[in-house]
Amino acid sequence: MEFQTVVFYLFGAIAVAAALGVILVRNPVHAALFLVLAFFSSAAIWLLLEAEFLAIALVLVYVGAVMVLFLFVVMMLDINIDRLREGFWSNLPLGLLVAAVLVVEMVLVLTGDFFRQAPAPVPLPADASNTADIGRVLYTVYAYPFEIAAMVLLVAMVAAVSLTLRKRKDARYLDPAEQVKVKAADRLRVISMPAEKE
Amino acid sequence: MMESTWQTLASWFGPAWPTVWVLLKIVVLLIPLMLAVAYLTFAERKVIGYMQVRIGPNRVGPKGWLQPIADALKLLFKEVIFPTQANKALYVIGPIMALTPALLAWVAIPYGEGMWIANMDAGVLFLLAVTSLEVYGIIIAGWASNSKYPFLGAMRASAQMVSYEVAMGFALICVLLIAGSLNFQDIVHSQAQGRFAQMGLGFLSWNWLPLLPLAVVYFISGVAETNRAPFDVVEGESEIVAGHMVEYSGMAFALFFLAEYANMILVSFLTSIFFFGGWLSPVGFLPDGLHWLVIKAAVFLFLFLWFRATFPRFRYDQIMRLGWKVFVPVTLIWLFVVTVWMLSPLSIWR
Repeated sequence: MEFQTVVFYLFGAIAVAAALGVILVRNPVHAALFLVLAFFSSAAIWLLLEAEFLAIALVLVYVGAVMVLFLFVVMMLDINIDRLREGFWSNLPLGLLVAAVLVVEMVLVLTGDFFRQAPAPVPLPADASNTADIGRVLYTVYAYPFEIAAMVLLVAMVAAVSLTLRKRKDARYLDPAEQVKVKAADRLRVISMPAEKE
Repeated sequence: MMESTWQTLASWFGPAWPTVWVLLKIVVLLIPLMLAVAYLTFAERKVIGYMQVRIGPNRVGPKGWLQPIADALKLLFKEVIFPTQANKALYVIGPIMALTPALLAWVAIPYGEGMWIANMDAGVLFLLAVTSLEVYGIIIAGWASNSKYPFLGAMRASAQMVSYEVAMGFALICVLLIAGSLNFQDIVHSQAQGRFAQMGLGFLSWNWLPLLPLAVVYFISGVAETNRAPFDVVEGESEIVAGHMVEYSGMAFALFFLAEYANMILVSFLTSIFFFGGWLSPVGFLPDGLHWLVIKAAVFLFLFLWFRATFPRFRYDQIMRLGWKVFVPVTLIWLFVVTVWMLSPLSIWR
């Protein structure tokens, strides 16, 4: 077996085990950390596919930023496992239906001629720059979809901020500009008084 | 002489030679790094001591020079205590997760013309990805300790480090624009050209001059990323004792310490590479070399210590304001200025 195949199966096994861990462990913080591990193993598999830009971007964006905030929230929440399990039996049929649809879809994709017909990709020369190639395509061929996606994300971000932004009337704020402008005379008064005598 | 030595060595190991060679390079990198970390703690105590008109440690060895060795031995022989309600596995993983990225990042750094462990095409991206993992060590340690102060420290750390990563990333975008590459070698080479470099005044051609606001933003964000004073609310002694490290003792505590100091050295090296020409010599008549990179990094490390001795700790909301409302707008405006500058006939980067 080639060395790369061994590495692939190693990271594949870790990714699957971590993904199972996400849904099987009871502690939500452990589940989030397993998700981090799953992302990381997937990034390693992408590296094997010579997609180094996507692999590093996955680690940078999902592991480095998104999951940190996710953990932040999960750690702060007081999660009651019993309350979460209340609706288990009533939601089970719907869950099974969704699972069945997913399984059927996966079977259709994996057993059909979706992958079989694709020829093995030509290995890139050693000095090919994945990052530069993606950049070139993204800003020429796919310029419009890329810009539209950026706009949609921006709108979503602004919407999320404006939905959750509530100003409390009784909260007190500091204005650093005002603070800087303060002169000593505004705060301090020097009084000359006669010396105290016993 | 050297060539034949390498060839005999290579013939001994046969096909395993590339692996052995990389491992050798890692050892050659790690030993000076660990020594630098040890003596940075000593330098810190001495420098701050003199700034506060004290002598600093001077008991162990001649003039106190064996102090870091004594500290390391003491930490090695101390018991590692587990809090009863702590999450054992994560409690151990926390410090390891803090140290691993701090050491891994050194793989991508270039030390001179053709001196590297890995010369990656997307080197800067790799570095950003690895340093973004640093926050996990603190969060995991803070949560797994199952105690109030470590948890507060972890919350502060995650918010602060994620915020300042944004400013750091934006500051780097201009450097990448000028170099036209994500490769560290190309970034340094791009600073070796220019009108001043031809006149023999290389230091005026480095990125710090056209990107002055960004160099300042980058270094200050680096101080905030490493949770050093004046941004050390993560472990603010007067508020939350020692933040995420409260429950740790012995070697587990030492790992956090190693990670923090290794990160300080890393930020100093990166600032030197991105904005101060890396291993390039400041003037034409002196040769380039690794020593310049070390000297530049040492200056920034001294700044780290100087900051700690000079500035009082920021309040938490002030840290957030500085990151989001000052640094991010500054970097965005300068990004705009640099792009217009590069496209205009006045561009100095052609």
